[in-house]
Formats: sequence, C-alpha cells, structure tokens
Amino acid sequence: MTQFALVIDLNVCVGCHACVTSCKEWNTSGWAGPLADQNPYDGSPTGTFFNRVQTFEVGKFPQTETVHFPKSCLHCEEPPCVPVCPTGASYKRPDNGVVLVDYDKCIGCKYCSWACPYGARELDELQQVMKKCTLCIDRITDAKLSDRDRKPSCVLACPASARLFGDVHDPHSAVSIAIRERGGYQLMPEWGTQPSNHYLPRRKTVLHIDPDELTRIDNPLRKEDLTDYTGEETLDDVAW
Amino acid sequence: MHPAFSVIFLTTLIGAGQGLFLAMVTGQLYAIARFLPVQVDQFYAAGSLVALTLLIVGLFASFFHLGHPERAWRAATKWRTSWLAREVIVLPIVMALVFAYGALHWLGWTMPLFQLGESLKVDATLLFGLMGTVASFGLFVCTAMVYGGVRFIQEWHTPLTVANFLFLGAASGFMLAAAYSAYIGNPLVTFFGTWAVILTIAGLASRGAHLIRNAKLKHRSSIQTAIGIRHTAIMQKAQGATGGSFNTREFFHGQSQSTVEMMQRIFLVLVFPVPIVLVGAAYITASPTLPILAFIIQYLGLIAERWSFFAEAKHPQNLYYQSIA
Amino acid sequence: MQDPVAHSDSQIGRVEVKETTCYMCACRCGIRVHLRDGEVRYIDGNPNHPLNKGVICAKGSSGIMKQYSPGRITQPLRRKAGAERGTSEFEVISWEEAFGMLTERLAKLRAEDPKKFALFTGRDQMQALTGMFAKQFGTPNYAAHGGFCSVNMAAGLIYTIGGSFWEFGGPDLERAKLFVMIGTAEDHHSNPLKIDIAAFKRRGGRFISVNPIRTGYSAIADEWIPIKPGTDGALLLAITNEIIKLGLYDRDFLVQYTNSAELVIDDPERDNHGLFYRAEMHIEEGCFDPQNKLWWDRELNIAISTHTPGVEPRLMGSYTLDDGTPVKPAFQLLKERVEQYTPEWAAPITGIPAETIRRLAHEMGVTARDQKIELPIPWTDCWDNEHSSVTGNPVAFHAMRGMAAHSNGFQTIRALGVLMTVLGTIDRPGGFRHKAPYPRPIPPCPKPPHGPEAVQPNTPLDGMPLGWPAKPEDLFVNGDGEAVRIDKAFSWEYPLSVHGLMHNVITNAWRGDPYPIDTLLLFMANMAWNSSMNTSEVRKMLVDKQPNGEYKIPFLVVCDTFASETVAFADLVLPDTSYLERHDALSMLDRPISEYDGPVDAVRIPILPPKGECKPFQEVLVELGSRLKLPAFTNADGSRKYRDYPDLIVNYETSPGSGIGFLAGWRGKSGDKVLKGEPNPRQWEMYAQNGCVFHHELPRSYQYMRNWNKGYLHWARAHGMVRYAEPITLHLYSEVLQKFRLAAQGKWPGRQPPERLRQRVETYFDPLPFFYDPLETQVTDPRRYPLNALTQRPMAMYHSWDSQNAWLRQIHSHNYLFINPSVGLTNGFGDGDWIWVESPHGRVRCMCRFSEAVEPGTVWTWNAIGKAAGAWGLGANADEARKGFLLNHVISEELPPCDAGEHLSNSDPITGQAAWFDVRVRVYKAAEGEEHITSPQFASMPRLPGQDKPRGKWQAYMAGIFGKKS
Repeated sequence: MTQFALVIDLNVCVGCHACVTSCKEWNTSGWAGPLADQNPYDGSPTGTFFNRVQTFEVGKFPQTETVHFPKSCLHCEEPPCVPVCPTGASYKRPDNGVVLVDYDKCIGCKYCSWACPYGARELDELQQVMKKCTLCIDRITDAKLSDRDRKPSCVLACPASARLFGDVHDPHSAVSIAIRERGGYQLMPEWGTQPSNHYLPRRKTVLHIDPDELTRIDNPLRKEDLTDYTGEETLDDVAW
Repeated sequence: MHPAFSVIFLTTLIGAGQGLFLAMVTGQLYAIARFLPVQVDQFYAAGSLVALTLLIVGLFASFFHLGHPERAWRAATKWRTSWLAREVIVLPIVMALVFAYGALHWLGWTMPLFQLGESLKVDATLLFGLMGTVASFGLFVCTAMVYGGVRFIQEWHTPLTVANFLFLGAASGFMLAAAYSAYIGNPLVTFFGTWAVILTIAGLASRGAHLIRNAKLKHRSSIQTAIGIRHTAIMQKAQGATGGSFNTREFFHGQSQSTVEMMQRIFLVLVFPVPIVLVGAAYITASPTLPILAFIIQYLGLIAERWSFFAEAKHPQNLYYQSIA
Repeated sequence: MQDPVAHSDSQIGRVEVKETTCYMCACRCGIRVHLRDGEVRYIDGNPNHPLNKGVICAKGSSGIMKQYSPGRITQPLRRKAGAERGTSEFEVISWEEAFGMLTERLAKLRAEDPKKFALFTGRDQMQALTGMFAKQFGTPNYAAHGGFCSVNMAAGLIYTIGGSFWEFGGPDLERAKLFVMIGTAEDHHSNPLKIDIAAFKRRGGRFISVNPIRTGYSAIADEWIPIKPGTDGALLLAITNEIIKLGLYDRDFLVQYTNSAELVIDDPERDNHGLFYRAEMHIEEGCFDPQNKLWWDRELNIAISTHTPGVEPRLMGSYTLDDGTPVKPAFQLLKERVEQYTPEWAAPITGIPAETIRRLAHEMGVTARDQKIELPIPWTDCWDNEHSSVTGNPVAFHAMRGMAAHSNGFQTIRALGVLMTVLGTIDRPGGFRHKAPYPRPIPPCPKPPHGPEAVQPNTPLDGMPLGWPAKPEDLFVNGDGEAVRIDKAFSWEYPLSVHGLMHNVITNAWRGDPYPIDTLLLFMANMAWNSSMNTSEVRKMLVDKQPNGEYKIPFLVVCDTFASETVAFADLVLPDTSYLERHDALSMLDRPISEYDGPVDAVRIPILPPKGECKPFQEVLVELGSRLKLPAFTNADGSRKYRDYPDLIVNYETSPGSGIGFLAGWRGKSGDKVLKGEPNPRQWEMYAQNGCVFHHELPRSYQYMRNWNKGYLHWARAHGMVRYAEPITLHLYSEVLQKFRLAAQGKWPGRQPPERLRQRVETYFDPLPFFYDPLETQVTDPRRYPLNALTQRPMAMYHSWDSQNAWLRQIHSHNYLFINPSVGLTNGFGDGDWIWVESPHGRVRCMCRFSEAVEPGTVWTWNAIGKAAGAWGLGANADEARKGFLLNHVISEELPPCDAGEHLSNSDPITGQAAWFDVRVRVYKAAEGEEHITSPQFASMPRLPGQDKPRGKWQAYMAGIFGKKS
C-alpha cells in the first residue's frame, strides 16, 4: 500500500514560512477551501492554516541552536484521530494513506483534535468543520498536472528544498532513502501513532586543522626578505 | 484543555439525571423489598420527569459544543470505534427508558406481568427500571470514556475518570432525590440522603485519588519527544502565529494557576463536605430546605469540578504552543 | 463531499496561467499567476526562471492578499482645503486635476529653481526611470532608499573589488567549501540564497555565521559566532592579521590582480604621500587606470613596471627609488596596519575569544590554500597571458546590513573586501562572483555634478544625480565647499554618499538647511514611519509651519499603493497599482537580476486591470515628463515622444542610436540582438513569451576572473556594459580615499574641505581599512546605555509592506524585544514583561521575550511590524498598533552637535549610510499600573476615500470570492 508523506529536513529549514502561506494559498481556493480568517485586519488575527512553522531554542547562550520547526498533519499509519470520529468524517484513504476529513460529514465536535497529540487539526471557525493538511490531495492526484507540479504546494514552494514528498512504503523512494540514511525520525514515538511524516536532524560539518597544516614549504612569506639590511653595524663589521 | 461550558453542563446535568433515575429505581426496589414504604406512582413519575428534563437539558447544552448540530444524527455512525458515538447512541436510549419508566408509573401500568419466587412481582416499571439502570450505568461509562479514552490526555486516561463520573453523577442524583423528597415532604429523605452521602464519599475517594494520581503524573511526551531533539534546555520562541490559533483556544484554559487552584478548592468544599454536613444537619433538624440547598451547592460544586477536570488536563499538543514572538 | 481524487481545478472554472515577476520584496523571482475565471487562484514560482527555479517564499505566496487588501488606495486624493496636514482629510480628485496641479507647480519650479523640487523614492525598482526624470527636470535632489539601506555594502566593496553583494555579485556556494555569513538580513536576495545555502549544506559545506543574533539563515549554520554589533571590522582585521602572519594569503593572486605589489610613496612630508608612485612612461590616451605604476623586482632588486612579464615583485619591504622617493608596496602598508590588530586585541572588542578568531583565520586560510578548485576553462587575461584553467579558493562570504548599517560600516566592509582579496577569492570559483554589469571600474565612471552651476532653470542637470566620486573634484559642493543637494550628499560631510541620504531629506528641508524646498515627491517610501529615524519628530516636522502659516515643507506629494502612515501627511496622494496590474522593467540600467553566468533582466506584465483609478507611478512620470516637455520625453517639434510607459521602455535609447535601452533582451528590429541593438517593437511580446525574463549565458571562459578577463571585458564593452576594457585591479590599498585625506591635510592641489570637516575627513578617509567605534558609541555613556539595539527582518515580511496582508500579518501581528535572559535578570524583569527601551533620543514601551540566541550586549526586534493605528487598512485595535512597536523612535537621524558640524547626519562619515544599528539603549521594567499597550501611540488614521470597506470579522477567500459560510 502506498503511504504518501513528507520528510522535513531540519538541517536546512531556515524558517521562512513559505510552506505556510503557499499551503494556505493553494488550499483556500481548492478542494479543502476556503480557509477562513478571523479579524483579518484587526486585533488578534487568526485563521485556519494547515501548516505552521515554529521556532525553538536549544541550549544556553552561547551554545544555542535555533531550530525552525514546520508542523502539519503527520498522516499517521495508525491515526488516533480517525477511530474517535463519531461520524466517520475523519478517514484514512486506503489508496495512498492520506488522512482526510469529509467536511460534509463533520459535525464540528472537535473530538478528533483531542485525539491528536500533535495539534495537527484546526477547526475552521467560520465553517465549523475540522480541517487539516490534505497533502494537497487535489494536486497529488490530479493527472492533469505535470509530474513536476503533482506535489503538495509546500514542497514546491520550499526554497531550501527542506520538504521531500513521496511514498514512505516504497523502500526505493527518495523519502525512504532519506529517512534511512539521514536518521529520519518520528515525533512523539511514545504514542505508537507511527506518523508517516518524518524529520531529518541537524548535521554539523566541522573542519579539523592540524597545526602542521599552518605552515607549508611554499609559504609565500619565504618570498619576502624577513629583515631589511640598511647598513647598520653587525658582527661582520667588528669581529674577526 | 479549555473548559467548554456546553460539555460541563452536558456531563453534570445528565449525570444528575441518571443519578436521579437510579435513585428512583433504587427507591422502588427497596420498596418492593419492603425496606422502604411504597410510594405512589406519581412520585416515580415526577422524579423520572425531572431526570428526563435534566437529560434533555444536558443534551441541549451539548449541541452548543457542535459546529454543525443539524448533522448530529450522523454521530451514531461509528459506534464500533468511537466512545462519543456510543454516548450518542446510549443517551437517547436512557432517555427513552427513563421516559418509559416514568410514563408507566404515571399511567399506573403497574400490574405484575409475572412473579419471581415467592414474593417478587415483576411489573413493566420494574423491567424498564432495571433496563434503564443498566443503560444509565452504560451511559456513565460511555460519557466518562469519551474523556478517559483519550490516551493522550493522561490526566483523563484512567479508570478513575469512569469512577468519578459514576459516583459524582450518582451522588448528585441521589442528592436531588433527597431534595425532591424533602420538597414534597416525603419520608425518603433519609434514605436518599444516606445514599447520597455514601456516593459522595465514594466520589471523594475516587476524585481524591484522581487528584493525587494526577499530581504525581509523569507525562509521556516532552518537548524533547515533541520535536525529536535531545537536550535538557529547549525553549519555544514562536509558534508561527501571534494572534492565536485553534490550538491555543481549544487546549488551554487561559487562566492563571491561582484560578485553577481556587477552582479546585471550591469544588473540594462544595461537592463533598458541605452537602454532607447539610444532609447530616437535615437529619437532625428535619429541615425540608437543607437537602435542597445541599443539592444546589453540590451541583454548583460539580460545575467547578468539571471545569477543573478540563483545566487539569494537559494535552501533549500544548508542548508546541508554549510561546509567541 | 466530492471525492478529492475526482476534483480537478480545471473543471471548476476557466483556468489560465500567466507569467510575470514577483514584487512582494525586491528579490524579483519569476512567478506563475494561476487565474480561475479571471480571479487569482494561486501564485507559484516559475520553474524555468533562473533566479528562483520554481520556488517561492512566504511573501510571494501571499501576493493574493496584497492584491485584495483593504489597505489599498484607489483614487487620487487632495488634502481638503482648510484641513490640517496629517489628519487624513482628503477629497477625491480626477487624474486630470492631479496632473494639472502638479504640472503647474513643477513647471514654475523648473523655470525658477529646479532644486526646489525633490524626488525621493523607496524600495522601487525603477531608478533608471526616476533618476532620468530627475535629471531631465534639472533637480539634483533625487535619490532612492539606498542611503538608509545598505550603501556601505555597495560602496565599500565596489570601491575595493568593483562589485558587491546581492544584485552586484555574491558567494559561489555551488563550489565553495567554507561559507562565512556576517550580519545578513534575511530579506535580501532571499530565495536564491536559501536555495544555495541549503544545497551547500547538503553537499557538506561548512557554514559559519557571525551575528549578534541567531535567527534565519544563521539558525542552520554549523557554527554561530556571536559578535558585539559594530565590531565586525575588528574581527576581520584580526583575521587578516593572522592570515598575513602565517602566510596564508594567495600571493600570486595579490600580485597579478590587485594593487598589493604596487609601490606607494611613503613620506609623510611630501604632498603626494600615500599615492602610488607614477613613473614617466607612455600611457594610453583616455584610459581609466593608467598602468604607469611600479613593482619592486625581487630578483633584480629594482623598481620595474607592473606586470612586466617574468617579474616577481616584492609584497613586503621598504625601498627607495632612484629619485630618492621612499616607497613601500601597498601590501607592506596593509601588513603594518594590521599588526596592531591581534586576535587578543579584538577579543574584548568583539566578544569573540582570541582562540576562535585564530581558528577562523586558519579555517579560511587553509581551506583557501588546500582545497583549490581547478576548472578546465581556458581564458586570456588582460596582459595576454593564456591560462589553461580557471582556479579558485573555495572560501565564500556574504554580508549585508549588519555590517553596513553602522557609521564604521564603509571601512569595515573595506576590511571584508580586503580579506576576500587576500584569500584570493574574487570572481573565482568557490569565492565571490560578479553579476553583470559588474565588475565595473573602481570606482564606476558616472559622476555627480560638480557644482551649483550644474543646476539651471529649464535645463536638465549637468551630470548624473548620483555617481561615484573618485577625487575631491568630483564632489557636488559650492565655492565654500558646502552641499548643493538637499540631503548634502557628495559634500565633504559624506563625500562618497553614492546613494544619497534620503533619511535626512525631511529634517534638512524642514530646517531649510542648506535651503528650503517647495515640493517633495515621495514614491513608495514610508518616511512618516519605519523609513525615517526619529519617527516621532519627523512626523512633527511634516506638519510644522512657518510664522506665516505655510508648511515648512510646502507641498508633499505621496505616491503609494497602500494607505501607509506617510500618505496621511500628503497634500496630494497618487494611487499606485499593485505589482499584478503593471508593466515594469527590471533593467540593466538599474540593478538587474543577473546571474553569475551572465546578464539577466526581467519585466512585469499586467495580469489584472488596475483597481479603481490606480495608475502605475511610471505612467505618472511619463505623463508629467511629457506635460513639462522635458527633453527626453519630447520630440524636436515639441510633441509628446512616448505614448506611455511600455512605449518608452521599447523605444527609449540612452542617446539617439546608442542601442542601449531599458531592456537588454530581444533588441534589434527583429529581436535577434542582446544588450545592444535598435528598439524592437515586439520586445514586450518576446519577454512575455519567455516567462518575462531574459537570460544571456556567457561562454564559460567569460564567466570567471572578469576583472582581468580580456575576452569578457571586450565583450562587455562591445555590448555597452563598460566603457573600458582595461583590467579592474582590486584596490587593496585605496588611493581614492587617500586623495580625500590629502585634501583634508591641505596637500591636495584642488578642492579642500571646509575647516570644520578637515579632521573628520582626514580621520575616516584612510586608504587602508581600520577599526573605530561607531560615532554614536563615541559620544554615548556606555554605563548609562550599555546595550546595542538592532532590528532583524522576518522572512515572512518585507519591511512595512505586509501588515496589510491578511495571511502574513497572522505570522507577525506584533513584535517583542528579544533580550538575553541575563539582561532581564539584571534589570529585574521577566520573560514577557512590559518594559521600556530608552536611548539618549527617546524611549519605547514594549513587551520583551527572553532568548538564548542573542548575545547579552544586544537587544533586538523584528523590523517594521509596529504600525500607526489605522494605517495600512488595519482596524484601530490591530495588534500592530497596540502591541507592535517601532525601534525608530529611539534612533536619531542626527549626531549631537560637535566641532565638525551642528547637524551632521547619524551616518557613516564616508558614505552617509544611515547608522541604524549604532543606537545604544538601556532597558527597564514598565511601572505597575502602566497601560499594557506600546508607546508612543498616535491618533488613529481614518479610512481614506476610495479605500475598501473594512472586511469585517471574517474573510474566507476562494479564487476572488470572499465567501461567508459555504
């Protein structure tokens, strides 16, 4: 069975929020839309987004890492939000593993959001139905789109290519290889939800310089006279 | 979690309604067993009507929790997996049984249908009363499991949640039965009052155990598991929105710690000692008003208890919503 | 609900995809605008665009919300008769009335004194046109925002290596092994940099960030080196010291391609001290950089003409020429200069341990030396040496505003240019790479006018409004050596202010110093808010009156797309279009979007009709130019020359028959020529067919070493990009600066500075980079104001532009002051508390946020999130006004009076770059009972006539439809 998912590379995510608004932009006018905004031009503006970029600081100054952390629905293999839905509005697609909400069936009880440890679901306060990342289901299944474009909007937008999209059940897919080779991990593994989305950790490149490397036979300083002789007296003038 | 008044009223009202119904059936059983004087049918009928009213008002309150109440009928679909669906199914069953029980009494359809053993004459009210009792217990379990079944909310995910809902709902129902009896000047005040006190003490035991358990609770998730980084010092700075989001509204009570502690103290006083003392005082003074007062105070206390129940619960998603900048 | 698999956008409505160029920031990515039934449904990156290769940022993805923002102004507005300026009491007028008013007023000014008209523009991308308009009008009072942006970065590097970062050039991260980023703002050249940094990291490159704050790109650096603001120069000089001491410099590169080995006269008694010794020899007529300088031959131990084949010169030592002139190679002077700048010296200044500074130097030097890149690309240098390959030292740098926005920024950036040069990384693989039309001669040829006589009634300005002074004679001063321009650019106060000083225009005009003006036309510049220092006072100046009741700045015209804070102060408001409604040319005459491999320019083509009466500012200028009969806009018979802006773009030539126009692509009658060729009537069409972008990839042999690449330089000259095909020798030692210093010392035969400025010019015009404390630091008590206050750019906002954007503002609706927790603890307040930030110039109340990612001597906030109430189409209770704040209120536009002047700009003494980041502050807790809103607050700006109604509580956008419940 295919399981589509995102792999998010924290090693290169600079926290630019491109994925956040490109998602909003595609989905508000798409199958899942509109995504309402409350107080759009006034105090405490708040709207429905499928994807947010958060920022964490790890460590104490000066050993501080700033981690930008995009978070959206993780499309769990065992999605805890699905069985709790009393109406069957929340479901996991058998063909590609995407977890979706049927807005026509949703009664807006918010129970599924309680059953998601990741806070991946957001109630659309205007439409009063639960919404969440669809992996741009209306893009990834649209045969009219080119291969290049048949990807979630966030993936196409990401300037750092920090978002990979593919089938994590296919061991040869780019996402599976990235998870395998780059230490891809799941969030809150303690709950056994088996999120399909994975995160790739930071990597550090360090440079070790051996003291021997600082001097070389071809050191250009050798081409300069290291002292100037301007006629002062030396032992050559006075001793024998 | 954000304490939603729709759900607070739903659970406390139907709890009291179920409890009152159980009290009626208990009273009837005791009367059959001749431990208590037999009451007129109207006593059970009116009690059931009050219980039914509470169930209906509770159900009505619950609609305010739904974004699309007109689609509420759909909520029965997934009873195989969803405690919420089960609650949605059992609640009307209870209501129907309570209605039937009350209506049979009202209509006086109490001729025995058959007899068990020497003396137990089984009539339709008894049958519906027993069925209603089973359904009410089922409803307590379903309602409690809507919360207790959410394994991510560890404060709730314990059998104590079921015990709390059961004991506190039943206690408030028996307290209401005592108040009802006092109001109509019925001699069952002591009977219901005693049961109410016993159930209240049971509720105190389970809710107290629940509080102690939660105070010592170790959360399975941490900021480290939430973002997958192992370090002792991790602080969130931004959550991607400065004006709030569903995640900040639904999962946070938004009150200060002192308010939460105050609410806890309030319910510990109002739900347990005060009603017990009032009921005790009512025995001594034979006051018809004290049991009523005891019920009202206990019910107000239960609203605070249910508020605290939500406020105590720390959802793991909150790890992602600690700070804005 | 419909099965999503069965759902296809193409079945819902008529789908069209149109290509144009983004303008949500100045990056200029290619975009595809997807329309459904004529309404914008989706904007994504153009995969075929050389700049962004299909990606798009948060701003670009939110273009829809800019288009439909209720903050847009849609009608020309005139301040109501009798209404006070600043109260936003306007009446709608027609364009005809607006043009009538403007033409009458401007024609009069032009006939009497053209400099009474000043045109200053913000982050526009049409300086080629606005500058031409100003020149044609005859006013010298023109500039864009560069002076308060990053002119130090442009000038510091262009005066050193003939190019700079961003549009001018950048780090070659494709081949670099070590990347050092210093003080970069995340909104500059953002998508290309994000693409490159991510790819660089994936390849295993090592990324070091030097910054007081760890946000944005710094977040993913392999190492973060926190530095005290304004001390980058000390760090760079100490690194250079260590590199020279250990011999880790690229000697061959320095000898061949820089002035390191050239002999400098070294005798303080002489008038020509510090200039290159110029030998008597044949020099080519009319050349830019006569090759009559000398090296000291290592073998023969004599002076010899530079670049004599087979000669290896000395870089160090001290010599005496035959005529008795004592000389030293320029590199020797650099070596002597940096000897004092040891890592131990720099450590307490920068806050970086000496060991770390040494290690940085070693990493740079050893990587440059040992990881040399060799590409099999043959090329020929200007001295006719054939090279079989291009080599490079893979150490790349990028820097921007963090270094630039200090009053020591020019010399700091010179230090960076020198370090990059010493490492041998200029226009070589893995190092710094130029972008066309750079490299240009050092300094580039255009010069400002030389005196007040350049400004004459009804006559175009004699000279370029902006240029590159190379000697005191190039300054724009009067007989007393004082400024001719309203912003005092190109005066002795800021001699190399190559982008002007927009940040002082309002203060100077208000004071009437050097003279009062009549009409100030501001385009897309929010001078009553985040683009001005000392915002509160500037707002008062804009409404200040003469005793006779006339405003001190009599007539203020503002052209903008949105109801910005500045619009409130206008006497005449001109509604500009959105970027989806206009033609634009992102021209080679301005700052194009060239790639390392060759010139690139781009256009915008309207996707949607203009909203209301909106009119592109370019059309306003073409119309005004035609009505005023400015020569470039008028035929010989006096008739109008250009129908409109698109017509101008196609048919304008810099001079008749020059073949050079605004756009470089598809020139020539049939569109077969590049860069130079006759006007092509189908040029717009051809751009449209090609994604609105023109990319001319150079042959690989022209892609590197362009300062000295004979083939490239001749190609560039043949295509009109440079005047000279001479080598562009790197100015490790700046003789240009020494000329100004000699003038200050009274040793220059020509122009000399006024007495009050002699010491200032002598001090700062040092031909070698040096470190000094920023000017404000020099006059501020560090015990009272122990902290530096900075701003950073959030990647999801472009300056003040995006608070009107319903999606972007949700990410940053208000801002906090970030401080190290130790600062909070010292000052007795906690995370999230309300605090005051106070400088010697003012104070601001705001909320604080503790952060471990900021060095303890620095506090910072996101730039321009705070807004005046009611501006930008926001409600009066918007977070931006109640909880957001602007740091500008605590930053002064002028220095305290001193011997050098009463009203010197708070700017770099060389370039006039606004010293935003010099401000020193202290922080303390707001008193109990103080209101929990930011301070200062201003009266709410009302909605303007023609502005959309507020959208109410809900907005649910779906392809042009603002739905309610669906």
